Amino acid sequence: MRLNKILKNALLVISAGIILTACATKKEVAVEAPKKEETKKEETKKEETKKEEVTKIEKIAGQMQGDVYIGNDSVKYLADGVADRVFFATNESILTTASRETLRAQAAWLRANSNITVVLEGHADERGTREYNLALGERRANAAKDYLMTYGVSSDRITVISYGKERPVVSGSNPLAWSKNRRSVTVKAN
Amino acid sequence: MIKKFIIFIFVFFPIKTLALIEVDITRGNLNPLPLAVSPLSIDETSRKNFEQILDKDNIGSEISVIVENNLRTSGLFNPLDKKAFLQAPDIANLKPRFEDWNLIKAQALITGKVNYINDKLRVEFRLWDVLAAKEMMALAFTTVPTNWRRVGHIISDKVYERLTGEKGYFDTRIIYVAEEGPKTQRIKKLAIMDQDGANNKFLTLGNELVLTPRFNPASQMVTYLSYFKNMPRVYLLDIETGTQEVVGDFPGMTFAPRFSPDGKKIIMSFAKDGKSDIYTMNLETRLVERITNHPSIDTSPSYSPDGKYITFNSDRSGYQQIYVMKNDGSDVKRISFGNGLYGTPVWSPRGDLIAFTKLHKGKFYIGVMRTDGTGERLLTENYYQEAPSWSPNGRVLIFYRETKTNSKGEGFSAKLWSIDLTGYNERLIKTETDASDPSWSSLLSN
Repeated sequence: MRLNKILKNALLVISAGIILTACATKKEVAVEAPKKEETKKEETKKEETKKEEVTKIEKIAGQMQGDVYIGNDSVKYLADGVADRVFFATNESILTTASRETLRAQAAWLRANSNITVVLEGHADERGTREYNLALGERRANAAKDYLMTYGVSSDRITVISYGKERPVVSGSNPLAWSKNRRSVTVKAN
Repeated sequence: MIKKFIIFIFVFFPIKTLALIEVDITRGNLNPLPLAVSPLSIDETSRKNFEQILDKDNIGSEISVIVENNLRTSGLFNPLDKKAFLQAPDIANLKPRFEDWNLIKAQALITGKVNYINDKLRVEFRLWDVLAAKEMMALAFTTVPTNWRRVGHIISDKVYERLTGEKGYFDTRIIYVAEEGPKTQRIKKLAIMDQDGANNKFLTLGNELVLTPRFNPASQMVTYLSYFKNMPRVYLLDIETGTQEVVGDFPGMTFAPRFSPDGKKIIMSFAKDGKSDIYTMNLETRLVERITNHPSIDTSPSYSPDGKYITFNSDRSGYQQIYVMKNDGSDVKRISFGNGLYGTPVWSPRGDLIAFTKLHKGKFYIGVMRTDGTGERLLTENYYQEAPSWSPNGRVLIFYRETKTNSKGEGFSAKLWSIDLTGYNERLIKTETDASDPSWSSLLSN
């Protein structure tokens, strides 16, 4: 119902716009001919920026699945093909399929380099109370730790620390920035 | 320093049954009581002495300005412009000409006198009911001259108490986290200041991350979270001596500390293997007690003022909600049932309310509810704000709020704000740097 109303209103506005432009062109055809081209140029420009905006939105959409970040903007690598971090949905500490893949690669690398110890740093985004987010960061890092242990990394090689929302990797206040900040990062400790 | 005050009453309190001026503080006060704060009179020798010691031209008027500011920020009083005063300070303190004060519409009048006696600052003040043409109160203090600001705060507290019937909150301090730098590399220091923002002092250097300082309601001790040596642990800090120690010996992160009302215990969360539970440690016996044992996150504990109950934050229902339990961890009851998430519950020093932060549809609210969860009232809404802390009389909440520095939503700034329990009188508390996590001390002079 509401959508219908909005659509109707939009139609009205558009038709009003058409009528107005029609009137304007009729009146000053001869004099305004060159300007017309300019407006055309402007219009194409507008369309271009629109297109850019659309691709931007698509880009954001391409970087997030649900509200989990799936891009690699802030990602660093422990070794070739071994990404250092996994991302989480808002208020969640469940590992996604992609996260598990990343952690299996980390586990394989850690098994191959048995002298290396790591710190798992758990983080939350800014949209939460400070103390709860400290606990949430700890829970996320532990989710990653448990998975590494399942794949053969001994618990005495892993330390967990939570930074809550104190150390965001990007400072923006938008869904994409928040998704990059909800993370557990595996950092070499030696 | 704090205990050096000698307070004595040199004139008896008038008989309490006399119906003099009263200010109702239970409602949003839209008609603050007009009152006149006359500059405290000072003789020339005393003035010169204090000018030498304190580098203040006239300490009498400086103290009266403090009183004026305090009473104004309470939102309950409207201090009148001193330019309109007809009577000289010294004469007014002896015997006010009430018609003169009535003429400028003052309903109450504060007068006083400052003396330099044996290297000490002696201040007397009187509160007058202008309409009834009566003295309501008269007090005198003697202290070291450097305590002059506190004299102003104590006078404010006495006036507030006499006129509202409740204790004031002006002779208090705020401990908070001073913040600087970009969000991704924020530098945080513990800082302390007087309730009105004066005497700001940094307590840590900013080498390690510090969070959530809280005052001991019974002393000038503070508990807080420090990432010293990259190990997040709860610490205890004596702000008089500067000594600090880690609280307990936990094999993991301890956080969200608060004192018990008697100041003898610290209650906090301990996080291990992805779950956070609530523990207490007795500061005298060092005995550690586990209060909750649940696979969920249990955090932000806060005692009721009688110490018998604890309110806390848990996601055992799936999301962050507020719970109340007995102090031994039994009888856990969820009390928040509204839409959205609830966090940071803090029990009011009066015992009847719990203040909280609520997250709903991308907005943050500071609100209060009764201890059984009924009567939820949201006091203020914003893009981001949290962590309310009560004034010692339970009438005002201080919290922090982050705002964007431009209209595009870029940059950010964190500041301390206060709001009355009534939902009125929201105020920015000025700080030198950005600020967060405020905690209000109890009254210093009690």
